[in-house]
Amino acid sequence: MKAKGKAYKYGNNVDTDVIIPARYLNSSVASELAQHCMEDIDDTFTKTVEKGDIIVADKNFGCGSSREHAPIAIKESGISCVIAKTFARIFYRNSINIGLPILECPDACDNIEKGDEVEVDFETGKITNLTKNIEFQAEPFPQFMQSLIEAGGLVAYMVKKGDK
Amino acid sequence: MKMTMSQKLLASKAGLDSVKPGQLIMANVDLVLGNDITSPVAIAEFAKFGRKEVFDKEKIALVPDHFAPNKDIKAAEQCKCMRNFAHDYNITNYFEVGKMGIEHALLPEQGLVTAGDLVIGADSHTCTYGALGAFSTGVGSTDMACGMATGKAWFKVPTAVRFNLTGKFNENIGGKDLILHIIGMIGVDGVLYQSMEFTGPGIQNLTIDDRFTVANMAIEAGAKNGIFPVDDITLDYLKAHGKKVPQIFEADEDAVYEKVIEIDLSTIKSTVSFPSLPDNTKTPEQWGLVKIDQVVIGSCTNGRLSDLRKAAKILKGKTINSNVRCIILPATQQIWKEAMNEGLFEIFIDAGAIVSTPTCGPCLGGHMGILAEGERAVSTTNRNFVGRMGHVKSEVYLAGPEVAAASAVKGYLADPNEGDN
Repeated sequence: MKAKGKAYKYGNNVDTDVIIPARYLNSSVASELAQHCMEDIDDTFTKTVEKGDIIVADKNFGCGSSREHAPIAIKESGISCVIAKTFARIFYRNSINIGLPILECPDACDNIEKGDEVEVDFETGKITNLTKNIEFQAEPFPQFMQSLIEAGGLVAYMVKKGDK
Repeated sequence: MKMTMSQKLLASKAGLDSVKPGQLIMANVDLVLGNDITSPVAIAEFAKFGRKEVFDKEKIALVPDHFAPNKDIKAAEQCKCMRNFAHDYNITNYFEVGKMGIEHALLPEQGLVTAGDLVIGADSHTCTYGALGAFSTGVGSTDMACGMATGKAWFKVPTAVRFNLTGKFNENIGGKDLILHIIGMIGVDGVLYQSMEFTGPGIQNLTIDDRFTVANMAIEAGAKNGIFPVDDITLDYLKAHGKKVPQIFEADEDAVYEKVIEIDLSTIKSTVSFPSLPDNTKTPEQWGLVKIDQVVIGSCTNGRLSDLRKAAKILKGKTINSNVRCIILPATQQIWKEAMNEGLFEIFIDAGAIVSTPTCGPCLGGHMGILAEGERAVSTTNRNFVGRMGHVKSEVYLAGPEVAAASAVKGYLADPNEGDN
């Protein structure tokens, strides 16, 4: 499976309060959450994001609260993949659990700029900056996490497995 | 065996003799927690299992605390969703308004967590219970749903950083100053994916409330969990509150830590996190004049009785500055009652503060004290991110209850150890 889109670029420590501010958490409807995604640090995001686009960030993306509403809002916005130098741990597991592809790749993050056209191959972990014609290799997922992603998320995996 | 305290506890819950860092395990959990924001998403996911029952109705805790008492119609619908689920599935530990409190103060008080427990909660501050020698960690709603259905959760076994504590706090210094000092030193991703294990002779000088405050903010350094060894102070607390039998895990003598950081508690000063990250810490000589509009004393970090006593000691006979709204939120109904019976409310009200019913409310910009554009708050809560307490151009300064109370009187960020406080 591949994803392709233009890059949105953010810095260190993008927290879940700016991904989806708590004032909107009186709803858990994905489409309502997506309307406010990133608005406190980037008021152009919801106006310009298109299906397939990719978020590229520096260290500790998704730090802060456990709200699954954050990866849900990003996924519902049409974002196909988040690439960061590192992810905060709850955001990391929430993304895998809901089936939002995320990749850690510091090289890619240093060499992708806002608006660059980026392609990601999830099977090989290969990230290509099509605008600059540079390739990067992300760490592949461990087998267990690959199984979760292939099953379509944690619930589907556990249901299939019959909680053995 | 070379295992840390966290690794030993995880191995036991996974039914394994030993585990190694990086190993992916499926473990049995002792408690699954959710609140009014995270539970509705989890309940929708739980439905996909098609189960008539949860894995154990005694081992699930549902607490409406974030936007409760209901702040608006949508919040009311979310609380209703959780209430209906609790009723339909006979959840024993559902805490309605009137019984509820801020979850991480409430659960230990109600004896629902003991030493040796493995707890997952769909709230990032679930790491609080590490104070009691439990492995507890925040997860998302999908993990909560699977936990409720199966009693299991997956974990990547973490490495650990050891914080060796010696010495004793000075006057008006406490757990909040310690954990802010640590986060300032190592950064908001200083222990990403790792355990923070606290050891050393200084631990005997930390009250159980100091430990709750420290463990509560482990997540603010990126940690998976923060954990304290079990001693007489822990066991006394568990005896007073506990319904469960504690199980004590200890780190092996040859346990491997990524790093050991030495901290002498007597060197810790009043510490405040300036906007907009918890690691942007400063001590009084670096504060300058920061005029404030609001003070919040409460939350899962600092809303316990000892925190209210510390604030009352400073506010007694004083008047809140006329430019400041001071909002005090005891974390549970029990704390509320005890604070009332001790006469703390009289001190607060005479000083010009207000006392709220328990709620997370202002901490996450929910309700009960939202900031307008350009306003500043000194708050005993745990996050000062952009827009955390209201307008995107408002500011939050994180502090302990002594600094918060002293600041409320002065009208600017103030050190309780300076001047006539």
